[in-house]
Amino acid sequence: MRNGTKYWTWHMAAGVVLLLLLGLHMVIMHMGGSVHLFAPRGADAVSEANSQWRDSKICFALSYILLLGVGLYHGLYSLRTILLELTLKPAMEKAMTILLVIVGVGLFGLGSWAAWAAHVVALAGGKG
Amino acid sequence: MAIHRYDNRLGVWGWLGGGRWGIERYAYLLHRLTGLAVLLYLLMHTVVTSLRVKGIYLWTEGGFFHQPIFRLGEFAVVTAFAFHAFNGLRLVLVELGFAVGKPIEPIYPYKTSVGVQRPLLIAAMLLALVFLAVGGYNFMLGAAK
Repeated sequence: MRNGTKYWTWHMAAGVVLLLLLGLHMVIMHMGGSVHLFAPRGADAVSEANSQWRDSKICFALSYILLLGVGLYHGLYSLRTILLELTLKPAMEKAMTILLVIVGVGLFGLGSWAAWAAHVVALAGGKG
Repeated sequence: MAIHRYDNRLGVWGWLGGGRWGIERYAYLLHRLTGLAVLLYLLMHTVVTSLRVKGIYLWTEGGFFHQPIFRLGEFAVVTAFAFHAFNGLRLVLVELGFAVGKPIEPIYPYKTSVGVQRPLLIAAMLLALVFLAVGGYNFMLGAAK
């Protein structure tokens, strides 16, 4: 597991986790018409009421954070792999890796904060 | 041992040349394109859905993203996900050595292992189509409202 192979293994493992989590997310959010799951407040799965109901459940808040982390890692690592194939100069590769890490960590921070804050707001019964 | 760096002369244009690699090579191209599309969507989706903390729900009725063009975009995301996910599962299985057959002596006339992998590709695409059919049905339900 040298020369970054472990990151590739993590990338594959993240892909399998994504297949399950994102698959479930897609089924809940985009297939509400035929598979009505986790949307007890009306027919529209992505309505404000149903979104707030899901936000009030801690398992959903935690799954959003996990999904975001895994998705960002899988996606940004793939993007980095594609860009490295272009055989850029080492300094450019390093700068690009740092930039992707900053974007990933930044978006993970924003999304995680939002998932948790939305959970707290939904528990309080407010609109934010 | 020193690692040599080679110039990727063709760059991204090299993705387009499938040559004699067969349909799996085009699955590779599509895997990359759908992956990049889903990543782009994820980056925007994270920002847009984070706004709900401030009570801004742009995707609900009356919201900016509730327009028909974005519904079409939503279906495109489901399509990209369906292909990328099931093709990705195939790639993981192949990477781990499943469904590629046993190694054989390279005796002329040579046999390619691509044919051995083909049933897995067909199975993955059938699963993606089933997922897409359910997604399409829901998309039409939403459009009919």
